[in-house]
Amino acid sequence: MALMQIAEPGMSTDPHRHRLAIGIDLGTTNSLVATVRNGIAVVINDEQGRALLPSVVRYRPEEEPHVGYAAQRAQSEDPYNTIVSVKRLMGRGLHDLADAGSLPYAFVDAPGMVQLKTACGIKSPVEVSAEILKRLRERAEHALGGEMVGAVITVPAYFDDAQRQATKDAAKLAGLNVLRLLNEPTAAAVAYGLDNAAEGIYAVYDLGGGTFDISILRLSQGIFEVLATNGDAALGGDDFDHRIYCWILEQSSLAPLSAHDTRLLLTKAREAKETLTEYPEVRITAVLSTGEMVDLLLTAQVFDALTASLVGKTLGPTRKALRDAGLTADQVKGVVMVGGATRMPQIQRTVAQFFKQEPLNNLDPDKVVALGAAIQANVLAGNRVADDWLLLDVIPLSLGIETMGGLVERIVPRNSTLPTARAQDFTTFKDGQTAMSFHVVQGERELVADCRSLAKFELRGIPPMAAGAARIRVTLQVDADGLLSVSAREQSTGVEASVAVKPSYGLTDDDITRMLKDSYVHAKEDVHARALREAQVEGKRLVEATQAALAEDGEALLSAAERADIARGLSALAAALEGSDLTALKRAVETLNGLTVEFASRRMDASVRKALAGHRIEDVEC
Amino acid sequence: MSHYDFHKNHFELLGLAPRFHLDAARLDQAYREIQAQVHPDRVAHLGSAERRVSMQWATAANEAYQTLREPLARARYLLHLRNVDTQEETNTAMPAAFLMEQMEYREAIAEAKATQDAHALERLEGQLKEKIAQHLAGLERALDHAHDDAAAAALVRSLRFLNKISAEIADALDALEQ
Repeated sequence: MALMQIAEPGMSTDPHRHRLAIGIDLGTTNSLVATVRNGIAVVINDEQGRALLPSVVRYRPEEEPHVGYAAQRAQSEDPYNTIVSVKRLMGRGLHDLADAGSLPYAFVDAPGMVQLKTACGIKSPVEVSAEILKRLRERAEHALGGEMVGAVITVPAYFDDAQRQATKDAAKLAGLNVLRLLNEPTAAAVAYGLDNAAEGIYAVYDLGGGTFDISILRLSQGIFEVLATNGDAALGGDDFDHRIYCWILEQSSLAPLSAHDTRLLLTKAREAKETLTEYPEVRITAVLSTGEMVDLLLTAQVFDALTASLVGKTLGPTRKALRDAGLTADQVKGVVMVGGATRMPQIQRTVAQFFKQEPLNNLDPDKVVALGAAIQANVLAGNRVADDWLLLDVIPLSLGIETMGGLVERIVPRNSTLPTARAQDFTTFKDGQTAMSFHVVQGERELVADCRSLAKFELRGIPPMAAGAARIRVTLQVDADGLLSVSAREQSTGVEASVAVKPSYGLTDDDITRMLKDSYVHAKEDVHARALREAQVEGKRLVEATQAALAEDGEALLSAAERADIARGLSALAAALEGSDLTALKRAVETLNGLTVEFASRRMDASVRKALAGHRIEDVEC
Repeated sequence: MSHYDFHKNHFELLGLAPRFHLDAARLDQAYREIQAQVHPDRVAHLGSAERRVSMQWATAANEAYQTLREPLARARYLLHLRNVDTQEETNTAMPAAFLMEQMEYREAIAEAKATQDAHALERLEGQLKEKIAQHLAGLERALDHAHDDAAAAALVRSLRFLNKISAEIADALDALEQ
């Protein structure tokens, strides 16, 4: 009987069972999903054997959206409803988009994040991205044929909090349990480093479709330590296409184009760019909807000149990252190239020149990020692996709080290793002041107006005191996903008032529920069934983990009474897992989590003590 | 039953003696060993209790490591443990000779910037490095041997200025490169 088994510590269900987990590279141009099979990371292909899923979503009235190649084919004929490069819109307001005017979409300026008007109504970039993720989830479920523990989703290292939060929300919306948001260059470093047993200082130069990252890592004894990261969240292969597109317009002296023709020429530009990787010149031909003809010859030389400033734009962040790491280019042992755009010969040449060495191209630049994400997902899911490694990543951009005069007081400096928490004390400036408002921003500039606004909140209920007497401590906590939470608390009187803030760009639970409902209009399963299934997966995972912990340390670290309490919580959860009452199941999970906090804390303490036991007391003779 | 108490100081957490002189390799090793145990990636598949505890530990380990790794922060922290206020915001009374020197550095940087003289900046950088090394040696004497906390606090205050100038030189060099 299942219940008896579960209540018995040490009798966990088969601990050697492989837990299924996936890594997803949610790219600007293409997305991929990978997993670890028999110890080897592999990309999961679609039914036609294709690895890439073009990150293109086409909305059609009264239909499930088309995603991938089918949508990509329709982008010229149906530009307003076919969303490409949606990643550039994640966590961005309309005013953030320098090139909004040249993008063939019907934008809706919404607070926080821009939205798009489509044949299926107004969609946020989060919903569009969720469609891509959903397709990849289905592909993986189909190929793996089992219950998935979760996914690692990669993001550009230089993504700020708003962009990360948007990505995590999209994954939630797509029904994925996010094990971790992983920085793309770090994922690539894992795939490269483990494959080549690399040790030393490495740079990862990652130029994708829409984003540029440079990360400097130290690889040593199984630890991947990011020393510094920098980049440009709005620079990528798309910009090279755009330069060709502008050149075509200029050369052919074309009048302003329709959305259809814009998309057509952008597609032609991308094809030309790809051809120039292999050939010294390319012919660009197109017939526009007006009947006008385009027929041009673009040489590699002209293309180099058109894009020299874009290539140069990657070197500034590269220098800054090296400087933040306290290193010079000649201390870098290898430069790993990532992202399809690094295939361009001018990029290869520039990087080789800067680092005075040939860059490393022995991994497929399109796949390496997804493979690294899968390798990390496999470990995060709790599978044992032969090599043991640890990733130590950093926050790419500083966090601060607005002070008098619109200036930023920096609290968490960029390149701090995650997770991190920093606190800063503030005080009231008026007698009897009972409330205080805070504005959290992200960026390197001194003025609030030049940084990204993340959250605004007010702390109320401060007891009336003389000006300057209250001591309000604001704590910024950044977790391993690079996501921020903020709390504030008045300290001096012992009166506590605290708030937890979700950044203003994040979706509320209500938003998610509404979007979920919207997305199920045309789908077979319903929201409740899915929520129940997700809770069941979580519940089962918790039962397994608790049983394993009890088997390992229950006797040593818990009293008989404490063990009995946890056993009762386990039985209650097991019973709830048998039924289909979502509320009861959630409550049982919460209860068991509450019952095991103390146990978790003691286990952590014991494991640290054990780790340091070898050289416990340092000789103290001063 | 004892468990991790978040009032444990950074030296205790990393199993190191509370003094200024520090074996960097040993600090690195201790930090890595702790993170290998407590990092959130180790418990990503476990329940929320484990994940919460892990985040607190890993955060504490990072703070300890960052503080102890950096000499100025380490000195300041040691003084804090000894209940000595370094008065960095309040005590601006620096010796006249020191202030003179500061001004000379600033003028030299401004001149090198104006004439785009990278070599002059590099020379300044070298001088400053030496000066900083002298301060660190002084801190070790004051904190670990003489136990002269007042002298150590004064060194912390002037080291802070030197670090700022050092950063300005690096910024100027960086601007020249681009």
